[in-house]
Amino acid sequence: MKYGLKKFATMLITILCISFLVYLAFDVIPGDAALAALGTDVEPERLAALREEMGLNRPFLERYFDWLVSFVRGDFGTSYKYKLPVADMIVSKLPVTVIMALISFAIMTVVSLPVGIYTAKHSGGRIDRVITVINQIMMSVPHFFMGIMITYVFGMVFKLFTPGGFVSYETDFAGFLSYIIFPCIAIALPKIAISVKLLRGSCIGESKKDYVRTAYSKGNNTNKVLYRHVLKNAMIPVITLWGMMLADMLVGSIVIEQVFNIPGIGRILLTSISYRDYPVVEAIIVLIALVVVATNFCVDIIYGIIDPRINVGAE
Amino acid sequence: MTKRGKGVLFVSMLLTLTIALGGCAGDKEAKDSNEIAQTQTAASTAGTENAGTQSVEPETDSVADSHITIGIPQDLDSLVPGLSQGAGTQEILFNIYEGLLKPDSEGNLVPAVASDYTMSEDGLTYTFTLRDGIKFHNGNPVTVADVKYSIEVCAGLNGGDPLISAFSNIESVETPDEQTIIITLKESSSSFLAVLATVEAAIVPADIDDLQNNPVGTGPYKFVSRSLQENVILERFDAYWGEPAHIQDITIKILADSDSIVMNLEGGAVDMVARVSTTQAAELGDDFEVLEGTMNLVQAVYLNNSVAPFDNELVRQALCYATNKQEILDFVSDGKGTPVGSSIFPAFGKYYIEELNDTYPTDIEKAKELLAQAGYADGFSFTMKVPSNYHQHVDTAQVVAEQLKQIGVTANIELIEWEAWLSDVYQGRDFEATLVGVDASTLTAGAMLSRFCSDAHNNFINYNNADYDTAYANALAAEAASDDDKATEYYKECETILADTAANIYIQDMCELVAIRKGYAGYEFYPLYIQDLSKLYITE
Repeated sequence: MKYGLKKFATMLITILCISFLVYLAFDVIPGDAALAALGTDVEPERLAALREEMGLNRPFLERYFDWLVSFVRGDFGTSYKYKLPVADMIVSKLPVTVIMALISFAIMTVVSLPVGIYTAKHSGGRIDRVITVINQIMMSVPHFFMGIMITYVFGMVFKLFTPGGFVSYETDFAGFLSYIIFPCIAIALPKIAISVKLLRGSCIGESKKDYVRTAYSKGNNTNKVLYRHVLKNAMIPVITLWGMMLADMLVGSIVIEQVFNIPGIGRILLTSISYRDYPVVEAIIVLIALVVVATNFCVDIIYGIIDPRINVGAE
Repeated sequence: MTKRGKGVLFVSMLLTLTIALGGCAGDKEAKDSNEIAQTQTAASTAGTENAGTQSVEPETDSVADSHITIGIPQDLDSLVPGLSQGAGTQEILFNIYEGLLKPDSEGNLVPAVASDYTMSEDGLTYTFTLRDGIKFHNGNPVTVADVKYSIEVCAGLNGGDPLISAFSNIESVETPDEQTIIITLKESSSSFLAVLATVEAAIVPADIDDLQNNPVGTGPYKFVSRSLQENVILERFDAYWGEPAHIQDITIKILADSDSIVMNLEGGAVDMVARVSTTQAAELGDDFEVLEGTMNLVQAVYLNNSVAPFDNELVRQALCYATNKQEILDFVSDGKGTPVGSSIFPAFGKYYIEELNDTYPTDIEKAKELLAQAGYADGFSFTMKVPSNYHQHVDTAQVVAEQLKQIGVTANIELIEWEAWLSDVYQGRDFEATLVGVDASTLTAGAMLSRFCSDAHNNFINYNNADYDTAYANALAAEAASDDDKATEYYKECETILADTAANIYIQDMCELVAIRKGYAGYEFYPLYIQDLSKLYITE
C-alpha cells in the first residue's frame, strides 16, 4: 500500500514536471499563438487584441497556474486554432489511435510469442537462422520506411487498399479496420523482430540455468521444461518490453499517422505544435505522459503476478 | 564464428546488397518515366488551353450523385468567417459564405448578398439593396437585420474589438427599410468595397450563435460535417440565388503530408489538388490533367534595408544584377512562372508595369563593379532565412545562393519554421534577408504597396525612402479625390521607385499547378486566394 502511494506520488510529480516543461518550451521557442493565427495579415491593434483575448499578455507563471488549476478541474480549455473544446477534440480522435495501438499490439504478441519460442527451441537450426536474418533486417528498418514500403506494395501494386483512403470509424467501421490494418502491420513488424529476439535470447539464457537441469532430472521432457519452467522466467523481460511497446504504440503513432494520412491524436498534436496551440498540446502531452507512467505501473504489478519473488508490496 | 555462421552472414550481406542495388535501378527507372510523364503533362496543359478557348459547357448538371474529393494541405481553422484566419481556410469558406459583394474570377467585385449598390459623392455613404428572395442554407430568408448584425460584429460596433480592422472605419450601419442597408464610413476608403467582398465580411444569420459547429451562409455549397484533420463535407445548396454548383457532393480531404499527394491522387483517394509542385505534376500519370495558372504573389529575396550591407543601395543593386530570374525559373519550375521586377504582380492589371522586369538584366561584371564601389570588392556573406514548409522557396533560395557566389557573395540558407518566420522575421524584423512570396488580400494597390511606407506597421524590410512616402501619400490623396488615373500614376511611381532602389531582389510570380483527374473540369483561377468549387463539373 505504501509502495502504491509512493508510486502514485512519483507519477503525479512526473506529470507535473512534464506539463511545466511543455509550457516553458512554448515560452522559449520562437513563434506566438496570436501571430500564428493572424499570419501575414497581422495588424498591431488586432494582434494586441488577440493576445489579450488569448491571455498571452499575462506573466508566464500566472498563465501556467491558471491552466493547471482548470486542467485539474477537468476543464482542458479551448483550442486557439479550431475554437473548439480541447476535450471534444481529443475524444473524437482517441479511438483511432487506441484501436490502432491495440491491433498493433495484438499482431505483435500473436506473432512474436510462437516465433520466439520456436526459434529458442530450435536454436541453431536452419529456420532459426533464416528468421534471425529476417529479424535483423526488420529491426534495422524504421517504421516510417516500413509504412512507405507497405503502402507501395499493398496499396499501389496489389491494390489491397487505397493509399490515403482512410475512412473514419464513425462512418464505416469495417472500412476503417480494413485500412487501419496496414499501418498496424507497419508499426508491429519492427516490434515483432525485437520481441522475438529478446524472447529467444531470454529462453536460451534461462535454459542454461541450474533449475532447468533439475527439472530435466525430475523426468520432465523438453516441452514440459520449456512451458512450465523456462518460459515463466523468460517472459519477465519480455513483458517489460511489451509494456514499454504498448505505451510506445499508443503515443508513438505520430510518424505512421503521417505516412498513412490518418487523422489521429498524433496528427492533432503535430499541427497544434506548429500552430502554437498550447491548450491542445498541453492536454495531449499530459495524456501521453499519463499513459506511459500508467503502463509502467501496470507492468510492475504484472511482474508480481508472474514472479512472486518481485514483491511490489515490499519496501 | 562457425563455417555455417559465416555462410549465413554472407547470404545476408548478399541480400542487403541486392536490395540496395535494386533500389538504385528502380530510381533510375523512375527518373526515365518522369521525363515521359513530363512531356505528357506539357501536352495535356496545351490541350487544356484549347479547351478553354472553345469554352466547353458542362452538360451533366442533372447528375444527382455527382461527387469529387479535393485535397488541401492543412485543416481549416475556425468555420466562423470573421474568426477564420488562414488563407487556406478562407479559400474554402468562399464556397459556403458570401459578403454583400464577392470577387469574380477576373478580380472584379460583383454583387452577391446585395443585388445592387451605390456610393455617395464623398465616398462616405454606401447604399446596398438586399437581393430579393435570397436564402440561408437553413432555409430562412436573409433579412437586413442579418446584414446589419454581420457587419456590426465585424466592425466591433456591438462591443468588442473589430474582427476586421479595416472595418473600424465604419461609423454606422442603418436599415431604413426591409430592402436597404446604408453603411456610413468615418473617412472615405478606396479599399472598403474590396474588404467588404472578402469571406471574413460574410453575411451570417443573426440568430445562430454556434456558427463554429453549424456554419450557415448563402454560398453555393452548404456545410454538412467535418472531422478534424480528416475532412470537411459539403453539399450543393439547391436554393442558391445564382448559378447553382454542378457537383452534388464535395469531400475536402486534408493531406497533411505533402509527400503523399501524388500517391493519394494516383491511388484514387483524391481527385483534385490545387498547388502541386512541378515535380509532383511530372510524376502524375495519364489520368490527370495539370492546369497552369499563377499564384498571385511576389516572390523575392526580401532584404532588411536597415541592416548592413543591405542599407547600401549599390549592394542591393549588385545582388539584383547577379541574379538570373530565367535561370531560377528553369531550375525550379521547368521555366514556368512570370518574372517580376517590383512589388506588383500581373493580375493587378493597370497597376502592373512589365518593363520594370528589365531593370536589372543579369550582368556579373556590373554587379562586381557596384560591389567594389560600395566597398565590398571581396564580397561578403549573409544569412537568408527561408520558411522550410515552402518547398518552392527553399529550392529558389538554393539557386539564388549559387548565383550570388559568382560575385563572391555567400548566402547561408537558414531554414526556419513558418511560425518562427512570422514572429522573428515578419514581426520581429530580426533578419538579413529572407526568401518568401508576399501576396495581397485584396486587389487594391495598397494591399501590396502600403507596406513599403517608412512608417507602415508591416514594413518588415524596413524600407525607408522619402520619395516613396511622398508618392504613396499623393496616390492616397488622388484616390480620396476620386481621381483614379492620377492615383494609378502615383502607384506606378511607387513601383518604379521600389525597382530603381532595388528594395528587394525581385524574382517572380510563381506558377500554380492544379492537378485534376480527367473526367472533372471547370477549375477557374482567381487572382486572389480562392478555390471556387461551384464551377467544377463532370465531363463523362
